Amino acid sequence: MQFEEVGLRYGADAETLVDVSFTLEEGGFYFLTGPSGAGKTSLLKMLYLAQRPTRGKISMFGQEVTGLARDRLPGFRRRIGVVFQDFRLLSHLTVFDNIALPLRVAGVEEHDLQAPVREMLAWVGLAQRAEARPATLSGGEQQRVAIARAVIARPEILVADEPTGNVDPEMAARLLHLFDALNKLGTTLVVATHDLHLLSRVSRAQMMRLDRGRLSDPTGSLRYPPRSA
Amino acid sequence: MKLPASATAADRRLLPEGRLAGPMPWVIAIMMFLTALAGAAGLGIGAAAVELRQGLGERLTVQIVEANPDTRNAQARAALRTLSKLPEVKLATRVGDAEITRMLAPWFGAGGLGEDVPIPALIDVSLTPEGIDHGDMIAGALARVAPAAHVDNTSEWLGPLARLMHGLALLAAGIVLLMMGATAAAVVLAARGALNTHRATIDTLHLLGATDVQVARLFQRRIALDALFGGGIGFLAGILVILLLGAEISRVGSALLGVGHLPPAAWLLIAILPFLAMALATVTARITVVNALRQML
Repeated sequence: MQFEEVGLRYGADAETLVDVSFTLEEGGFYFLTGPSGAGKTSLLKMLYLAQRPTRGKISMFGQEVTGLARDRLPGFRRRIGVVFQDFRLLSHLTVFDNIALPLRVAGVEEHDLQAPVREMLAWVGLAQRAEARPATLSGGEQQRVAIARAVIARPEILVADEPTGNVDPEMAARLLHLFDALNKLGTTLVVATHDLHLLSRVSRAQMMRLDRGRLSDPTGSLRYPPRSA
Repeated sequence: MKLPASATAADRRLLPEGRLAGPMPWVIAIMMFLTALAGAAGLGIGAAAVELRQGLGERLTVQIVEANPDTRNAQARAALRTLSKLPEVKLATRVGDAEITRMLAPWFGAGGLGEDVPIPALIDVSLTPEGIDHGDMIAGALARVAPAAHVDNTSEWLGPLARLMHGLALLAAGIVLLMMGATAAAVVLAARGALNTHRATIDTLHLLGATDVQVARLFQRRIALDALFGGGIGFLAGILVILLLGAEISRVGSALLGVGHLPPAAWLLIAILPFLAMALATVTARITVVNALRQML
């Protein structure tokens, strides 16, 4: 995935993202940090194709997607898993149905999706809550459902926006362990977070820092803690 | 996700249940009720117009008004010969004296008029469909062989009535089309409302890779069911009123009010209306939803 001189402006306001350029290596693990309002969520939206840039060029999976036709977007989106900051679970669906959603969207037959969804439920420790509605789950449980839904279709890239923002430190560590396991399976991860402790727990992770819409480490070589520390 | 008809229960749950909660099914029910009435009225009037045309419009009555019985009979025979040669005439028969006496009985009594009062000779003429508009030509042909012949062309006085009935049938067809248009407009509004209500769900489905067509199917299936439900209710109410009106009209016994005895083809057309409404609602919903989704990323 590659961003070249990408800029994003909402209406007539100043640019939210300015000259953002970077390349994500396949199978890499990236943390995206920065203060509130720095543009992290806007950058993530462009990563999961919910927002087009106002200038610059974005390429992924070997193709430029900046001006991709709408009817071609679903094919790309199915290759990207997203853990939204607000989870975006469908409240009228059970945990099972929420997790199965990407498979159903992809046209997987009912009898073929039972096993992977059950496996995923066990993986995130929610096998006993399969028939529960999201409203009856704790914040951490909802977070795990959102993660399970994001990874059920084996995406090539997983984008997570503040995935540990609503959970206690112990749950944060468990979630990070899940991400680490996924990354070892080959999934490229981009995790936006404020939690600096999180950054130190994945040794191979690279850090991208946004400040006032500018990416301060375009090469992605900066690590936390920095090598010089 | 499959076609609406074969969507799995899981697919159908992707949008929160809420069918029949909104006013759309009831709006469609009212539209269908009025459409069924207008359709039945139009088809009934159309059928009555055809019957009228076939029953009276294709006929002429020729009177030979001549006091001298010999001359009268001679002119009647000449008129019959002339009429039988015209391609516009299907059949020409002289009305017998007994029949004329029977027709006059209410005014002159059963005893007949005897020899004192001359009665015109009557010729009953059935025309071919092409002959209806050739009354003047037939009258001209008769005038040459039977100067005392007077042609009573029923199509002349039926013309304005037939035009009125034709106009009413067209008006009914126009009302049906307007009702269909109003139904489509109601579906557009309902679909837009549903899109706004479920915007968050749609956004999530899109970001998970759902196509516009997949999302549109969820809406069109629901709207189709609402339309079928509303259309069915309105249709049944309409049929009930049509049957009650038909029974009343049959009691009146007017041949002009043909709605009392709709032909089978007309009933078939009316029976199709709810399904037509469902198809219209489905197509309208699909177009509306897909167009609206195109505005999203």
